[in-house]
Amino acid sequence: MQPLSRNQIAWRAAQDLEEGTYVNLGLGMPTLIANYKPVDRDLMFHSENGIVGVGPVAGENEEDPDFVDAGSQKITLNPGAALFDSTMAFAMIRGGHLDVTLLGGFEVSQTGDLANWDAKMTHKGQLVGGAMDLVTGAKSVWVTMQHTTKTGEPRLVKTCSYPLTGVGTVDRVYTDLAVVDVTPDGFLVREMIDGLSRDELQAKSGAGLSYADDCGVLSAPEL
Amino acid sequence: MIDKRVKTVEAALEGLGDGASIMVNGFGGTGVPFALVRSLEGMSARNLTLILNGVRFVDGFAPGIFDAKRVSKVVVSAARSRGPDTSNYERQWLDGELEIEMVPQGTFAERMRAGGAGIPAFFTPTGAGTDLAAGKEERDFDGQPCILENALTADFALIRAARVDRWGNVRFRGTQGNFGLAMAMAARVTVIETSDTSEEPIPPEDVHVPGIFVDRVFHCEDMSPANAGGLG
Repeated sequence: MQPLSRNQIAWRAAQDLEEGTYVNLGLGMPTLIANYKPVDRDLMFHSENGIVGVGPVAGENEEDPDFVDAGSQKITLNPGAALFDSTMAFAMIRGGHLDVTLLGGFEVSQTGDLANWDAKMTHKGQLVGGAMDLVTGAKSVWVTMQHTTKTGEPRLVKTCSYPLTGVGTVDRVYTDLAVVDVTPDGFLVREMIDGLSRDELQAKSGAGLSYADDCGVLSAPEL
Repeated sequence: MIDKRVKTVEAALEGLGDGASIMVNGFGGTGVPFALVRSLEGMSARNLTLILNGVRFVDGFAPGIFDAKRVSKVVVSAARSRGPDTSNYERQWLDGELEIEMVPQGTFAERMRAGGAGIPAFFTPTGAGTDLAAGKEERDFDGQPCILENALTADFALIRAARVDRWGNVRFRGTQGNFGLAMAMAARVTVIETSDTSEEPIPPEDVHVPGIFVDRVFHCEDMSPANAGGLG
């Protein structure tokens, strides 16, 4: 069995973004997704500091300090881009105009709760940013994360142990082991990697898994 | 003749004293009024409330404001300092000397817009069911739990822009605008710093912040550090 790398998880999520959709990519793994956009697909990337139509990260000679994305990276704009202020950027999010938001996560519960903002660091201030707005506002909420923590604890859980970002909002989770939908009946595995048994995947998950009738193999090219 | 341009930083910040609440624009180093923030560091006003998206660009650029314990409260969506260490303001927060009010970023922007638009509070689903809903009135709309969020206003708003005319009309560049319009609306005294003040009016259809929301225009050199984005 070969778990997916971070780049491969990002690649897999990118394949599901449909032509013509408006998408917000959160910090961390989701930002990698822009690198793997299928070439024939026209997507508009939204950044909550005031951009629709974010292009590639600026090269060394095209950096302009007035053009940054939500991760403070200096970026370029794609044709058809628009710039606006934060109230407009969040009206797009909160008003239900974004098709998909992709975020990182600490935990996702079987009822679609997401915990991803407060790592309960005892010596640092908190950081919420736009995560709570994104998970309540976007039409589809997808999470990319490792299937378990570094110490092997499941991240797909019955109830989140970390503080919640949103309640009952996650639609789909992409991990290094599986693609899992959150349904009214709990976690439904759509794809899982080769060489891993259902019992083994269940053992790495903190809540019951069921399997789609057409459950497929999760695979990605070498990246 | 309407001319909102002021000649000195003292005039730009006149009236900013003990207990003032101050909105500071900026995201990822863009639109940050670095010259005004630097001047704030040199003043003596205490018991300040800072209202800004992230603390760390002020902490990184003008740490003296916090070192001297002149801030009693920050209202932010990002309260984490750079790096693994505990910064001075985080230490003050842990010691109970500094209050941090965490606000989801969209609620933050909308609370200021509401404050500037005469809307005292609004319901939103953002944050419902989370720790940030604690103490807030909850009500269902179409079966969706929502929480009541109060408008945000302030004594001052400090904003950097690419160009401002003498009427106070503002033109941003790139992603400079971020919270600028909402802050300009929500503050009693709005100060814009710019390196381009013009006798010529900005073409009306190009105005991002109408001058009615702007009180003072301060012409200064761009003091943005080269790594402004790295300041958060």
